[in-house]
Amino acid sequence: MELIVNGALREAAGTVTVEEIVRELTAADGGAIPGGIAVAVNDEVVRRAAWAGTPLGAGDRVDVLTAVQGG
Amino acid sequence: MNAHTDDPLVISGVSFGSRLITGTGGAPSLEVLEEALIASGTELTTVAMRRVAPGARGSVWEVLERNGIRPLPNTAGCFTATDAVRTARLGREALGTGWVKLEVVADEHTLLPDPVELLEAAERLVDEGFAVLPYTNDDPVLARRLEQIGCVAVMPLAAPIGSGLGIRNPHNLELIVEQAGVPVIVDAGIGTASDAALAMELGCDAVLLASAVTRAEDPVLMAGAMRDAVRAGRAARRAGRIPVRRHARASSPAVD
Repeated sequence: MELIVNGALREAAGTVTVEEIVRELTAADGGAIPGGIAVAVNDEVVRRAAWAGTPLGAGDRVDVLTAVQGG
Repeated sequence: MNAHTDDPLVISGVSFGSRLITGTGGAPSLEVLEEALIASGTELTTVAMRRVAPGARGSVWEVLERNGIRPLPNTAGCFTATDAVRTARLGREALGTGWVKLEVVADEHTLLPDPVELLEAAERLVDEGFAVLPYTNDDPVLARRLEQIGCVAVMPLAAPIGSGLGIRNPHNLELIVEQAGVPVIVDAGIGTASDAALAMELGCDAVLLASAVTRAEDPVLMAGAMRDAVRAGRAARRAGRIPVRRHARASSPAVD
């Protein structure tokens, strides 16, 4: 199945949850997922508490955002 | 209250001792940014929301958290009300705050606010329960409309973002201050300390600036200068300046 993660195509085998995608991007070294992260799937915000219980479907657009210097 | 002690800046029921709000964009490093934020004395600081870069080390969010600075997520980079509303929701989720610096700009070249999109985004976000601080043109009519629909502050520009041109239309800022029932925060275009002092002398409640500090040759030194300028301008406003006269008025007694 194909997902679009932060604008890039990503192949996923089997079920993938939002939390797994966030972990991959922010805690690849095995540590804890840091604070200050927000996720939208197909432009709808998925609350942090729901990440682990939200599986992704084929073609889903996942955006993982964080606070950066700006403004 | 002691006449020489300033009253706090109150936005949406929250009090701030500092009337200098800072942005975080443009700093050469997180280390310099942190030193500059501390030197500025700021208690409220904007951040932008962007896609995570894999493997990034350190974050501006951690800098704010360890210094007890309240984050103000912005919607920089949004050109439509729909974009801005989506970005505001993500900022609320990431940072756990319902406050948003609402920025809806018309084009990359001027970065001037698009008043039509701005007003629509503000209405939608107020309806969703956000505390909306809109970055707006120095237009007294638009500022009034933004206040009427429930924004908790209005933030007119001094000049375009990052231009350092200083206050281009002090008369308009005075008109906005005269009519406003919410804090007026000059946002964007400040170049140096005298610009920040002038904003406060005109009666604005606070100043928001980023580039003037982060892109200065010595950001930390400039941050301290801005802190002092905002305090000085505020005190001068409260003190009541002398009227401007066309001719001299001796300050020493006349010779007998």
